[in-house]
Amino acid sequence: MINIQPYSNPRYFVILFIALLPLIIGLYHGRRFKAYEAFVSLLFLFLMFNGKDWIQGVQLIGYIIFQFLVTFAYQKYVNSGKNKTSVFCLAVILAILPLAAVKIAPLVPNKAADLIGFFGISYLTFKTVQVIMELRDKTIKKVDPITYARFLLFFPTISSGPIDRYRRFKEDYDKAPERDKYIENLKFGTRYIFQGFLYKFIIGYVFGTLWLPQLAKDALFYGQANGGLRLSWALLGYMYCYSMYLFFDFAGYSLFAVGTSYFMGIRTPMNFNKPFISQNIKDFWNRWHMTLSFWFRDFIFMRFTFFAMKHKLVKNRIRLSQLAYFVDFLIMGFWHGLTWYYIVYGIFHATAIIINDIWLRFKRKHQKQIPHNQFTKWFAIFLTFNVVCFSFLIFSGFLSTLWFGWK
Amino acid sequence: MDTKQAVLDILNELTGEDLSDQMDENIFENGLLDSMATVQMLLELQDKCDVTAPVSEFHREDWDTPNKIIAKVESLRNE
Repeated sequence: MINIQPYSNPRYFVILFIALLPLIIGLYHGRRFKAYEAFVSLLFLFLMFNGKDWIQGVQLIGYIIFQFLVTFAYQKYVNSGKNKTSVFCLAVILAILPLAAVKIAPLVPNKAADLIGFFGISYLTFKTVQVIMELRDKTIKKVDPITYARFLLFFPTISSGPIDRYRRFKEDYDKAPERDKYIENLKFGTRYIFQGFLYKFIIGYVFGTLWLPQLAKDALFYGQANGGLRLSWALLGYMYCYSMYLFFDFAGYSLFAVGTSYFMGIRTPMNFNKPFISQNIKDFWNRWHMTLSFWFRDFIFMRFTFFAMKHKLVKNRIRLSQLAYFVDFLIMGFWHGLTWYYIVYGIFHATAIIINDIWLRFKRKHQKQIPHNQFTKWFAIFLTFNVVCFSFLIFSGFLSTLWFGWK
Repeated sequence: MDTKQAVLDILNELTGEDLSDQMDENIFENGLLDSMATVQMLLELQDKCDVTAPVSEFHREDWDTPNKIIAKVESLRNE
């Protein structure tokens, strides 16, 4: 049985390029072969869920059918002129239900529960919830079933994003780009894929595979010896090494996904923009895993504040934004998984961004007294970098291993 | 009151600055507006200019300068 995980090895890229070649030639000549594109997508999905992962494949099919039922039932409801909040909430809850089940499953002490879930479900849920919300807002008037299926099952991004938006995707998918634009896509696509090789297979490999296990061993050893909070220099090393690994591995993957999309004439949005030169936490979330943080900004933070302001739930603007940050990052934490370190990671970032906001307000008021120069800029970058790396140490779950012996 | 003045008034209230001489300034990049202020702006626009702009309508690229906001409000009104 052949089972090929996306972007996992050089062979995948060879197969990918061969499979995409007819599409590339078509797009170069201004034509999008939609049927062939669907065939390639399904083929790659099949390879991904073939063999040992077949149970996941079956769940993916069931999931898509379920989401179609929810989305189109809700569309029918909205188009009949009704717009009750309760029905909207029900639709959102139904759309999230499968993901919630997958997140709760690991807590159930039963062998069968381990089988629940499939690669990519977290990312698919962003897409379906987004469409339901936009249907309510009437910014999406009609969901085209075929485009919707292609949007959900777009294989370059299905496993871990970047998270595209339906309307943006549809615009690309409905046409073939002009030739000079497409040539530019190819140019960037190639660059991204090679940059991805450097990030994921070289730098990410060095940090993640060569150095990280040794640092983990040392941190556990010296942690035991030192007692207390089990801190050690090796733990500090682990923190930086893991942060670098996390970035290069995930940014590398994202570059593959974006690069492949570009070859297919779909300009999937970028996920990272030099996150480690962020000057504060707010800046960081505009640069790190951008499609995720922007999704949360647009569909959680802004909606929550809009609702709360409209109904005057919280009078004070600053309090409201702080509350909204907590809601935002807590949900993000839960989305990562129901373990203490993901939730603490969310709370940590909410706290950090609130402190950051207080500081920014203070700075604006005292612009004249507070120096602003090259030194303060680099200090801000240094400080942000360390706060972020510490948050990744929480996120890594290593502290759980170190302190409690489980992860 | 015309749209331009109404939008400028709202922005003035939110940012504490008169933006009439920086109509093409990117107000997100220079930090004058954030998500929170944006939501307030959308609500104010609903009140004062009588345009309903749901949050999903809001794409930063289309709303990032005073001129673009005015154009957007006018196009929403004519829908």
